[in-house]
Amino acid sequence: MDSIIFLRPTRGLAALNLRDLWVYRELVYFLMWRDLKVRYKQTLLGASWAILQPVVQMVIFTLLFGGVANLSSEGVPYPVFNFTALLPWGLFSKALSDAGRALVNNRNMITKVYFPRLVIPVSSVLAGLVDFAIAFGVLVLIIIYYHFAPGANFDFHFTPALLTLPLFLILALVSALGFSLWLSAMNVIYRDVGHVLPFLTQIWFFITPIVYSSSEISSKWQWLYALNPMTGVIEGFRWAILGTQSTPALLLIISTLVAVVVLISGLFYFRRMERSFADEI
Amino acid sequence: MDDIAIRVENISKSYRIGTAPERYRTLRDSITNAGRHILAARHLAARLSAGRSDLARSPDPSSHSTIWALKDVSFDVRRGQVLGIVGRNGAGKSTLLKILSRVTEPSTGQAEIHGRVGSLLEVGTGFHPELTGRENIYLNGAILGMKRVEIERKFDEIVEFSEVGQFIDTPVKRYSSGMYLRLAFAVAAHLEPEILVVDEVLAVGDAEFQRKCLGKMSDVAQAGRTVLFVSHNMSAILRLTEETLVLEKGRLAYRAATPEAVDYYMAAGFSDAGERLWQASEVPADAAPFQPLALRVRDPKGRVVDTARSTEPLSIEVEYRLDQPITGLRVGIYLLTMRGEYVFTSFDTDDPGKFEQHSTRPAGHYVSRCTLPANWLNEGRYVLSVNASAFHVKRYFWDDHALAFNVDATGAPGKHWPEPRLGPVRPALDWMIETL
Repeated sequence: MDSIIFLRPTRGLAALNLRDLWVYRELVYFLMWRDLKVRYKQTLLGASWAILQPVVQMVIFTLLFGGVANLSSEGVPYPVFNFTALLPWGLFSKALSDAGRALVNNRNMITKVYFPRLVIPVSSVLAGLVDFAIAFGVLVLIIIYYHFAPGANFDFHFTPALLTLPLFLILALVSALGFSLWLSAMNVIYRDVGHVLPFLTQIWFFITPIVYSSSEISSKWQWLYALNPMTGVIEGFRWAILGTQSTPALLLIISTLVAVVVLISGLFYFRRMERSFADEI
Repeated sequence: MDDIAIRVENISKSYRIGTAPERYRTLRDSITNAGRHILAARHLAARLSAGRSDLARSPDPSSHSTIWALKDVSFDVRRGQVLGIVGRNGAGKSTLLKILSRVTEPSTGQAEIHGRVGSLLEVGTGFHPELTGRENIYLNGAILGMKRVEIERKFDEIVEFSEVGQFIDTPVKRYSSGMYLRLAFAVAAHLEPEILVVDEVLAVGDAEFQRKCLGKMSDVAQAGRTVLFVSHNMSAILRLTEETLVLEKGRLAYRAATPEAVDYYMAAGFSDAGERLWQASEVPADAAPFQPLALRVRDPKGRVVDTARSTEPLSIEVEYRLDQPITGLRVGIYLLTMRGEYVFTSFDTDDPGKFEQHSTRPAGHYVSRCTLPANWLNEGRYVLSVNASAFHVKRYFWDDHALAFNVDATGAPGKHWPEPRLGPVRPALDWMIETL
């Protein structure tokens, strides 16, 4: 009942204190909810943007890479192949750009009220799940369309692999949160991060198998390629939903390890930088 | 165990001030600094190998100076005590509250807090203009650490207190500033922590709003909760608190029962009778190019006086130097009572013609002087504040506590009755007495 809080300068690595984050879980929820509420205010199309953005992207990529460049899509219609990858990629790239700026955007809260600062990047990353869910609904429609479309030559099968999909979603969240923690904490001290983010996301897009398949990469370099955790996530999504490739086991193990290392190191880095947020921001 | 709510032991907080008043580092700075360190280290190594002995010079040219916002502050607060904290701008009040509310960490020392802390360093933190009043109540409540069920339980009470009733589902960007403040304060006022830390939140809003805030604050205090209360408003401090800390330049200067502490605070630093002189080192760097030199009170014969007579006019002058021309400058004074209540505000370019004529003041040495008419102020002790600013552009200099002086009412109207008169003014009014 009578909790004593000690306030003293901390040095070196700080304890993660994830329990505090749990106590403030409602704040995570409210901040997510605020971001979603505010995002489509004063827009003509409102929440339809959550559908339009990935669909328009997919159409452009289909014309450009599926049509003009004629990249392989492993026997799956290119739109399905591409859209399956755009789902987790959208979650990841949005997390990077939103969470990267989230601390600075919430400066007034940070300098006036105590709450575990982790709440901010966590809620920012989790808010992307709503867009993910909407886009997932669109994917189902696209799959149904191609399943029944005459001449599409695509049959969707329910396989046990589909059950592993939540695990890949978790892997996507772990990667997104890990990198977001690094970027958001760095952005407090080095505002350069905000300027680098667009390039970073763009380069990342091309080193991730979104418009092409990872089978295009020679097997000699697969391990290097898998150091990008989003590679594992996206190949996992394709494997689980579309049944492409055999289980990308090696790729997955490497990607998962990297994602976990980034998350844990990100948590420690964030906690270490956190103590000066209110003074530096 | 004991009934201590807060124990602060030798807390200090330093801030690094760089060469420029820059708010954040960029990556480039870090890289160039690192580069400089490497070069310096190489240079050092080269000199070492050359057998030179002039190693005493610092290899780091970018040595940052630090300022201590708080230095070795220690005090205890008993459970249920309402403690006031006063001090001038920059004395460290806000830093202390930020540390106690866990927004920032102390640089050295430690504090113990027994119980849940609610801090009100600002009202309406996290309010979003696009969200409705209802939505902002939930959001702001969660930010302040309230649980959802708690907010739901108090929702009607909050709405009622805020008096925004019918607009509760309107986005707050359409609210008047008064409504916005009332709603923001209403949420904060319904926070029920064991320890409440309150900064100058009452300094905003109209008189009615302030009255309401003070009322709520005294309810909180009477409910037996521990409260730390910072304010410039001495009557609020006197009304709400039993004991008060006085901070001066980051140190705890005085702690006593509130009336004594307020006297100490209001009287502190007023030894230079009738005159306040500023040394260049006392003036913050961001005041440039405005450089205050002196503030004086003079009697009609031109003598600098500590005690003015209310039956004579008295003149107040601000002497200053401009190192560069300033456009739109206004130099003015505030007159306050010892309780911290404002009597008036006046600027040297209040007259539109004068403002036109002095629209840009060239660099030079100036005096701005005004005269208060005779039979105007009541007897008592008054405080003068100085403000030099360009409206909505920049406040060059502000000293809210520059000089104090006395007014002696010998011979003033009504003096044949030996009674104190209420109010800060004692005008000689032209009364007519007629028989009807």
